[in-house]
Amino acid sequence: MKQYTNVITAYLIMFTLIIMVGVFQSWSIALTILNYCLISAVMTIGANIQWGYAGLINFGIMGYTALGGLAVVLFSVAPVDEAWSVGGLNMMICLVIIIGIVIAIKYTLKKLAPSKKRNYLIASIIIIGILLLRIISAPAIDGIESVEPAKTGFLGGLGLPVLISWIGGAFLAAGLAFVVGKVALGLRADYLAIATLLIAEIVVSVIKHEDWLARGVKNVIGLKRPAPYEIDLQRSQWFIDFVEKFHSGKLALINSAAEKQEMLNQLVISASSVYVKLCFTGLFVTVVIILLVLTQKALYSPWGRMMRAIRDNEEAAGAMGKNVVKQHLLIFILGSAIVGLAGAMMVTNDGLFTPGSYRPMRYTFVIWVMVIVGGTGNNFGAILGGFVVWFLWVEAAPIALFFINLFTSHLPETNEIRVHLINSASYFRFLMIGIGLLIIMRFRPQGILPEKIIKN
Amino acid sequence: MDFINAILVLLNFTIIPALTYGSQLALGAIFVTLIYGILRFANFATGDMMSFGTMFAVLLTYYFQSLGINLGIFPTALITIPFATFMMILYMLTIDKFVFEYYRIKKSPPVQLAMVSVGVMFVTQAIIRIIIGPTDRTFMDGEKFILKASEFKDMTGLSEGLTIKSTQGITIIVTLIAVSIMFWFLNKTKTGTSMRAYSDNEDLALLSGIDPKKVVLITWIIAGILATIGGILYGLDKSYRPFVYFNNMLPIFAAAIVGGIGNPYGAFLGGYVIAFAEIFLTYAYKRFFTYILPESLEPNSMIQLLSTDYKFAVSFSILVIVLLFRPSGIFKGKTL
Repeated sequence: MKQYTNVITAYLIMFTLIIMVGVFQSWSIALTILNYCLISAVMTIGANIQWGYAGLINFGIMGYTALGGLAVVLFSVAPVDEAWSVGGLNMMICLVIIIGIVIAIKYTLKKLAPSKKRNYLIASIIIIGILLLRIISAPAIDGIESVEPAKTGFLGGLGLPVLISWIGGAFLAAGLAFVVGKVALGLRADYLAIATLLIAEIVVSVIKHEDWLARGVKNVIGLKRPAPYEIDLQRSQWFIDFVEKFHSGKLALINSAAEKQEMLNQLVISASSVYVKLCFTGLFVTVVIILLVLTQKALYSPWGRMMRAIRDNEEAAGAMGKNVVKQHLLIFILGSAIVGLAGAMMVTNDGLFTPGSYRPMRYTFVIWVMVIVGGTGNNFGAILGGFVVWFLWVEAAPIALFFINLFTSHLPETNEIRVHLINSASYFRFLMIGIGLLIIMRFRPQGILPEKIIKN
Repeated sequence: MDFINAILVLLNFTIIPALTYGSQLALGAIFVTLIYGILRFANFATGDMMSFGTMFAVLLTYYFQSLGINLGIFPTALITIPFATFMMILYMLTIDKFVFEYYRIKKSPPVQLAMVSVGVMFVTQAIIRIIIGPTDRTFMDGEKFILKASEFKDMTGLSEGLTIKSTQGITIIVTLIAVSIMFWFLNKTKTGTSMRAYSDNEDLALLSGIDPKKVVLITWIIAGILATIGGILYGLDKSYRPFVYFNNMLPIFAAAIVGGIGNPYGAFLGGYVIAFAEIFLTYAYKRFFTYILPESLEPNSMIQLLSTDYKFAVSFSILVIVLLFRPSGIFKGKTL
């Protein structure tokens, strides 16, 4: 029990903080923060598998998150029949051509020995393929994008339940990770970081600018959700009765019937949003717990030991007959799939897909700070990092405002410096995260909850 | 005649802008490469450090303008370069003292230093946004054009004009001066030679009595000068916005790696490779071909290989291809 005390204390402090937000600000805000903490936790589990277990540095988290989000659109949105009839066939032909290009390149790589001729052949395959793609897709894209551009203008999805799209997100991200891993995993650590970052940028720019796929920067709104809608809850009798019972003490104090009814209405409205958020929280907690159990089991299995061995000394592990390249690829795919799942969860939670919002600051670097602050190689640490950093990220502005007011309280209200600082309070979040990261890296490089090696 | 017109179209819309953008990238790429070659880490705070220097140039330009000081036809920002550079070097040395030095002495792996530079990136972004805010600012003043399209048409009687913005001229000239001074310094002076020695083989350099502290100091100073100049030139040419500078880090990295990281010549050329590739691949050649082809063959589409939305994606794809087939860069050879 004793060895778990620091884990338990750290989590207790974290939950006390969130409960304090609930008490002092509002329960709705507290639950929003908690939900995002849980999503961040899933992302950090994914990043931690890659960095903590295997020492692979993946700065492309943004790309996998975006792909997970895209999956929600592709799987759960109802198909736009008109767009399909206009351009569906051509787009399908394009898909076949892309697969054809890949197979042709693989075939040439296999059959011909490395030579100038082979390079020219591959280059010509790619160029001819791209020309074909453009010729076939151009009219189809125009057609698809002109189908009710204000509302649809894209192919739509498969119309499946949204929870299936989460799994779809994981698979899409895994597919990208397979390609990226095949291509980039041989690179040195810092090159790998840059390469993955840039590949993620390419992925996001494709999602942003291919309007026929997911409306690009025009966003997709009104996605399905696995929880009831607030408006339905507010109309259903059982929910109103439940709220009435829950707040019966409060309501009994009010004498006039009209006021009582109004009070009840307000309570129902706020309770409905809390209820929906609680549904999401329940789902997210389930996902986090499943992932945590699986990753813990994996970490302390023979496979986990092998991964640590590879991380600590690649040559030695290779000499012992472990296939380093294959294991690296496997763990890269697994970690990215988890990040893709998190991306799908996030889009479902928001109810909208906004490709313009995927920026490396928020979706790559902050996630990395979470992993490093929490504790690399320790799943409980990574999850804690997700909670702590997200909490700071959201609550930084109020905290900064408090301190600015404290330190400038001797200055008059209209003092220029004071006004300027108060206006820029939200930027202190970057400062806090940055300084936090620097302090952790310097004085506790293993993170808040360090990696634990259990020796039998 | 049509042939000259066609060349003018290319000059106007691809070659001159690419040379300008390439110069700005080249300065940033040399900054990345110097830090990588001598301090041995990938500096993810590159874009924001350039932004930090430029911020002072913007603020000082406003200050000088309020005092009524200007350079006539040249932008006021040129006077601010020494002051902005000084502030930048001061900031870099402070960061180095409090952050990077510890890891250098401990001989931490480069990945750890790269993560630390992510922390520096956050802090720098915060300072910039707190001081100047995230909004878009222009600080270009003075004469806007060296050569106007209408003047050129009057002069030559051609139907296509040639426009050279003064920022484009200034960018190319200042870059050439700054870079040649740097190469002279690295190759001809004793300090420069010691820097190259340190970059090649640290232990051997230490054995032969080179003072590592001095090398690191000079590296930060040179890097600071180049980064500030690069940032100011970019800001003059386009405009100053912190977020854009952060994003510029990515093509700058691409330029440095394409040129062979650790090799300043490569970084210099890499900047132009990236810029030309971005602009040539995303330019719509319709006007060019209407001049050069006979009327019967005139194109009716835009003849654009990729939409301009994919400008950044082009440079990243080049980088990925280079990393795959020639990880040491196109211009490999001697480093630093």
